[in-house]
Amino acid sequence: MKISIFLALAIGALPLPSQVAHESILKGATESGDWLTYSGNYSAHRHSPLKQIDESNAPRLKPAWAYQTNSMQRFETTPLVSGGVMYISEPPSHVTALDARTGRPLWKYRRVIPDDIRVCCGAVNRGVALLGDLIFIGTVDAHLVALSAKTGVVQWDVSVANYKGGYSITGAPLAVKDKIVVGVSGGEYGVRGLLDAYDAKTGKRAWRFWTIPGPGEKGNETWKGDSWKSGSAATWVTGAYDPDTNLLYWGTGNPGPDWNGDVREGDNLYSDCLLALDADTGTLKWYFQFTPHDVHDWDATEVPVLVEGEVRGRKRKLVVFPNRNAFYYVLDRTTGEFILGKPYAKQTWAKGLDDKGRPIRLPGTFPTVEGTKVWPAVAGANNWYSPSYSPSTGLLYVSVREAGSVYFIGEAEFKEGERFDGGGFRSVPGEDESGAVRAFNPVNGQLAWEYRLFSPPWAGLLSTAGGLVFGGTNEGQFFALGAKTGKLLWRFQAGGAARSNPMSYLSGGKQYIAMTMGSSLYAFGVE
Amino acid sequence: MIWWAPILLFQISQALDLPAVEKNPFTSPADVSAGKRLYAGRCGGCHGPTGDGGKGANLGVPVLPRAADDRTLYRVIRYGLTETEMPGTYLTQRELWQVVAFVRTLGQVERGPVTGDAARGEELLRGKGGCLQCHSIGMEGSQMAPPLTEIGSRRGPGHLRGKLLDPASDMPDQYRMVELATKDGKKFNGIRLNEDTWSIQARDFSGKPHTFEKQDLTELRVVRRTPMPSYRERLDGREIDDVVAYLSGLRSNP
Repeated sequence: MKISIFLALAIGALPLPSQVAHESILKGATESGDWLTYSGNYSAHRHSPLKQIDESNAPRLKPAWAYQTNSMQRFETTPLVSGGVMYISEPPSHVTALDARTGRPLWKYRRVIPDDIRVCCGAVNRGVALLGDLIFIGTVDAHLVALSAKTGVVQWDVSVANYKGGYSITGAPLAVKDKIVVGVSGGEYGVRGLLDAYDAKTGKRAWRFWTIPGPGEKGNETWKGDSWKSGSAATWVTGAYDPDTNLLYWGTGNPGPDWNGDVREGDNLYSDCLLALDADTGTLKWYFQFTPHDVHDWDATEVPVLVEGEVRGRKRKLVVFPNRNAFYYVLDRTTGEFILGKPYAKQTWAKGLDDKGRPIRLPGTFPTVEGTKVWPAVAGANNWYSPSYSPSTGLLYVSVREAGSVYFIGEAEFKEGERFDGGGFRSVPGEDESGAVRAFNPVNGQLAWEYRLFSPPWAGLLSTAGGLVFGGTNEGQFFALGAKTGKLLWRFQAGGAARSNPMSYLSGGKQYIAMTMGSSLYAFGVE
Repeated sequence: MIWWAPILLFQISQALDLPAVEKNPFTSPADVSAGKRLYAGRCGGCHGPTGDGGKGANLGVPVLPRAADDRTLYRVIRYGLTETEMPGTYLTQRELWQVVAFVRTLGQVERGPVTGDAARGEELLRGKGGCLQCHSIGMEGSQMAPPLTEIGSRRGPGHLRGKLLDPASDMPDQYRMVELATKDGKKFNGIRLNEDTWSIQARDFSGKPHTFEKQDLTELRVVRRTPMPSYRERLDGREIDDVVAYLSGLRSNP
């Protein structure tokens, strides 16, 4: 049963959803004040060109409104805003349209979820996609659903994969041209990873890319025996797109089982990779594997950021990637060529990277029955939450986690639809974990400044043309730093941990910063 | 249908997603071992691989304070605890019961022989031992260290003896000592209650809570070592036995 509920048809003077064309998304977050795609623009900059809120008035930021979700699950959505309407997902797979000025609901889509869904880490959702007059959401029972942007009524609903086999969808889909690209979760259930594209109007599947090559395909030889069948390599975080190369850039997750690599000897392609796929056909153009034969659960499901930069005197189109494995990577995004890689957080597992970017592993770093202490932690130096790139400062901002884990190897017997992780982990006894917002020169990875946080963050960053960087803490504070200096300008205790990404929009000509904190979504503005 | 009825139905259906049985139907050795595997990947990160706690609660206790019976434990694992960081978990009913079965094995505290004299132990605890200078029993004593009111339900005699002899062996996060100095020259010692990037909350030795902004501090040290002294030299072997006997008898459900 899928239910859409109309709340406020007769309130009058409500903003009307406008048609969102691919061309509008191509422009990215503009001064019109809309935010039309998960990361703000296709280059995944999570940067707002708005500058009403700046270094001078940021200290006067106040909550304008809050919207509470009625869920105990984490509230990880990035809102989209178009024509004065805000579209949010709520856990597990609900969608709500809000008036962006008042925070009052316009319609709600409530999905009834089966009891036996398979989600490793919470029945969560990170956001919706918007194209034409439709809203798209991936669901924890592994469907892709199109809703009318005006009413929230279901237009089509297709099964992407069988949730009983361990698949779910938690990430925001990406609308590109006439298609909706959607990835899957399931890395702890031994699924065979995939990335799909659907015709936005009809829901018909346009292409599928299996992230693990089948028998006879190149790369299948990197899996021992039949282990490729349960090799995971999920695609649960929204990627980026470059219209010039017509390539999608999408990260893949850990190989399965997570911590027991003995049952899947080999490099395990295309787990822990950045994939560059033709957006029309899903054909693989190139790939780069960050952590071959990963045994620490270091998914490469971070957000790839597209920047232009000069490398050894030549202008290059780059993709930069602060990886969960604690190395920062710069690749040529046309060819996939490795340009640079270096640690940006504490790591104890690799001596470094070779000239192709392949890690030189240190001995004694694999999980053991007794436990092996390794940095970074299982959650990595970075995770699914977003970095931000500001074209104004030319800096890349990353929420960095400084922590280690003790990794354990365990039994790994695959049964379809059951947990398949082959071990476990714990925090390092006695370690004072910490976090930081770090600003890097994206091209050479040099640190420009750092702002220390008490604990390893679970929230991404937004930069704005007003010279600000916004972020959140586990202890419930939302804060603004100077984008050039890293100086704290403002903070607010919101009462719940930050577990998502900030964004910014205009409503009624006024700039707001939106962020979920705990189970509330806040919009902040200056008086 | 009125607009909110489906929401209400939805919530009720979630609230009723509980097994009809009171006792765990999955407790065979194979279930416990399946539960152990599920636990390692999902729970051990916070609760520790042997349930000895970390970020999550210590599960190695005979009576879990928030989940005394199997059905409640099932519910806690399934839905989490809103007032804590314990999240809900999507597992099949069978898997949930298997985790319950394994978690129950963690709480089998050894019940070694208690040879001491509990009455003498109580005298030592209140007198020579000075235990209530930091610990409390009921309303009595100080809040600086973990309460001993139900310690016999939570800890076996072997563990209690170990803590008396070697108290530094582990130190709960929520009882860290903090030493700090403010810009206006004040010194403060106490127990850390909470901390974030910009502030710290701590209790002084009279039990009064304080908040300090970190920007107002010139010194901030959070001390891992426990302030608890070893009783190896302070009490003789028989006296240790007596104190252990008394503490073992402090139970919630005698």
